[in-house]
Amino acid sequence: MVSRTPFCAGLAGLALMLVALLTSPTLYAADDATLQTTLVQLREADFAEKAALVESLAAQDHPRMATILKALADSRLYYQTDGDRVVIGLNDAAEITIEDAVSGAALGQAGKRDLDRITANNRLRGMIENLLASLGLASADPQQRRLAVEAFLRSPNPVGAERLKAQLAVEPDQKLKELLTVALALADLASEDATVRAKAATAMGGWTPSEIRGPLMQAAAADSDAAVREAAKIALAKTEFRLQMLGWAETLFFGLSLGSVLILAAIGLAVTFGVMGVINMAHGELMMLGAYTTWLVQQWLPVNWSLPVAVPLAFLVAALVGIAIERGIIRFLYGRPLETLLATFGVSLILQQAVRSIFSPLNRSVATPDWMSGTILLGPLEVTLNRLIIVGFCIAVFAALWLALQRTRLGLEVRAVAQNRAMARAMGVRSARVDALTFGLGSGIAGVAGVALSQLTNVGPNLGQSYIVDSFMVVVFGGVGNLWGTLVAGLSLGVANKLLEPWAGAVLAKIVVLVFLILFIQKRPRGLFPQRGRAAEV
Amino acid sequence: MLLPRWLLSDRAGLVLLAVLVILGVGVPVLNLLVPADHPLHLSAYTVTVLGKYLCYALLAVAIDLVWGYMGILSLGHAAFFALGGYCFGMYLMRQIGTRGVYGDPNLPDFMVFLNWTELPWYWSGFGHFGFALLMVMVVPGLLAFVFGWFAFRSRVSGVYLSIITQALTYALMLAFFRNEMGFGGNNGLTDFKEILGYPLHADETRIVLFILSALALAGGYLLCRWLVSTRLGRVLVAIRDSEDRARFLGYRVERVKTLVFTLSAVLAGIAGALYVPQVGIINPGEFAPLNSIEAVIWVAVGGRGTLVGAVAGAVLVNYAKTWLTGALPEIWLFALGGLFVAVTLLLPQGLIGLLRRRREVTS
Repeated sequence: MVSRTPFCAGLAGLALMLVALLTSPTLYAADDATLQTTLVQLREADFAEKAALVESLAAQDHPRMATILKALADSRLYYQTDGDRVVIGLNDAAEITIEDAVSGAALGQAGKRDLDRITANNRLRGMIENLLASLGLASADPQQRRLAVEAFLRSPNPVGAERLKAQLAVEPDQKLKELLTVALALADLASEDATVRAKAATAMGGWTPSEIRGPLMQAAAADSDAAVREAAKIALAKTEFRLQMLGWAETLFFGLSLGSVLILAAIGLAVTFGVMGVINMAHGELMMLGAYTTWLVQQWLPVNWSLPVAVPLAFLVAALVGIAIERGIIRFLYGRPLETLLATFGVSLILQQAVRSIFSPLNRSVATPDWMSGTILLGPLEVTLNRLIIVGFCIAVFAALWLALQRTRLGLEVRAVAQNRAMARAMGVRSARVDALTFGLGSGIAGVAGVALSQLTNVGPNLGQSYIVDSFMVVVFGGVGNLWGTLVAGLSLGVANKLLEPWAGAVLAKIVVLVFLILFIQKRPRGLFPQRGRAAEV
Repeated sequence: MLLPRWLLSDRAGLVLLAVLVILGVGVPVLNLLVPADHPLHLSAYTVTVLGKYLCYALLAVAIDLVWGYMGILSLGHAAFFALGGYCFGMYLMRQIGTRGVYGDPNLPDFMVFLNWTELPWYWSGFGHFGFALLMVMVVPGLLAFVFGWFAFRSRVSGVYLSIITQALTYALMLAFFRNEMGFGGNNGLTDFKEILGYPLHADETRIVLFILSALALAGGYLLCRWLVSTRLGRVLVAIRDSEDRARFLGYRVERVKTLVFTLSAVLAGIAGALYVPQVGIINPGEFAPLNSIEAVIWVAVGGRGTLVGAVAGAVLVNYAKTWLTGALPEIWLFALGGLFVAVTLLLPQGLIGLLRRRREVTS
């Protein structure tokens, strides 16, 4: 998926054409001709001749080489009589979609009958595989070399091992050196000499990929030599330990990710509930508004640009709605928290139904920008990028809110009103205005949280409902009126949830956490970090 | 007069009881004795809907007892209602016998479907009507007792209590959605056939259930009315108005609260048990936090702290719901949401309060 809007698709297409125009015909013109003749020869050759031709193909350092060889190994390389050229089939249907083998240009579709398949046998395939692997090894790109070694791991063979040994001597990259060493150890595991095997097994300890773990397990169970079995067992234990650590790290990351979502959902509530003592049951619906704002922005802007625009816009939309709620309803109900709860619940129903009537009751799909999709390696841990970004986003929002409360004039007034309303008023703070702005701030943060949520869950009218109980729990657990408490509570609840999930299942884990919270509130009704002093007596 | 003083002075209550008596006599007559083509004939559907309203009204009375008189806003009372319903649903489930889709004499259909081989221990005994009736009161009561005792002892109050009651019903909903719980998971308990040997779909059975609902509502109302007129009732109001002061005067606030909260849960459980055979299904959706809050708004509309208002509010709001969801389904949530806002802002005393104020103005 390049983009959703026609404009952007057009742009991308133009860029592709430009690249194609500039590069392929000029730079590789000479090579193309040679390659073409070699390829056409392939058609008539028998397998022995094909092997020689493949060797000569590999000698030509053409950028399409790997693609062509792979196609040959997969029996997807065809000779097209009409046009006297060799093409690559991209699928295996009656009408095969083809591209030119040399230039890679799309040639549309061709019937099976018009194409003459260039066959390969297993010997040829093995040879191509090794060639490809060694091609990668010689590459200047470390990523290519890594792929080459990984290809070897999948099918270790003596010839490849020799190449790896040669590469190990000159390899500059430390990480790749280690990988090369273990790949050679894997090859040594097939050695005749028991001491070599034992040494190889020891070297393979701690490596988690199944290509290495599998043979090691086999060696531990069934090697003819006891010493080798013992070495393999010790090495395996090392691997298991590492796997366990990785598992824990992964759980921890998932927990942090869930925790940051909880924090995002709860932090706005911490402001309105904690500072103003107002229960805002419509908080979840304000998040929903933020998520729908994201969706709307994506209707106008290319996906990759939508989020930076959506964040301030969602803040604005939710903040305005929040201020309207405060001015229209809540300010008449100060000092009557239970009534506020009911009234804001009514607002939440109205907002839900409004969204349902305007945007339909169906879920809207919010696209994920390219820069947020995919995975990334954090050390040995593979994590999805969007979750990582949301953790970062959560930290940023928290920091921004913290600064706003600690360093701005409004923040000062908000804290003053929270601590002692009467005294603040006596000092000239316009408490009604502060209330409205505080509520707007808390609501705006809910909107921003909605932008983040739109990247994780379905955007529908019920989005807010599913988070409201959780976010109240986080605030109450952390201690009302304490932002750091919210942070700690959100993270610990997220991690606890994910720790429980493996043995209890997702739903039961949630129930256990809820029951724990209910019990916890009995023990410490004011949360983890209760407010002390006079403020707590209000 | 034969009536005790606490009832005699309660004019609105007498009106309610009179209405219930008229309904209890009139509805069976209009349904069973008036021929079907007569304009005054009440269809079985109408009888069921009316019976449903009466069950809701009993739930509302239970909520009003704790909210209106004791100041505890429970956002989880539908949980007790649903638990009572599940207990009675289990009895009805056992009565299906071999008439289920799989025809298993011992196991309900959903258990056969899940490849269970025997009835879980907590289902044993529910084949007996008496035991099921007992459980209808014991299960919600016990949960309310344990929950209330812990919560009130550690002085969780106000919005905190509201939030954890909501968490309670939410947790129960999640739990009952699980198939492994053995309560039918997502689908709940349904497809009931008969009750005490009488077919559930017969008009006569429905009429009996309706009369029972009216009796239960009258009984629940009288119990609550009597309770709030006693010394204990005065303590309740004292706790509502100033909990600390009541405690300083030497009252064991947490005991009173736990007792009344438990009683209220039992009433809610009975309401649920009467509700299930009339609507023919009970599923985890009944635990949804929205249901509890909706029940609270019935009380608010009618006027809290009046008991009669709770009944009136429950019937009126549910009548509006039945009518609106049929005629203008888009509007219902707007109307309900608007009702929440309007009642809290404009009618803090509810409809009953409005009537009283008008009477004070005219007299």
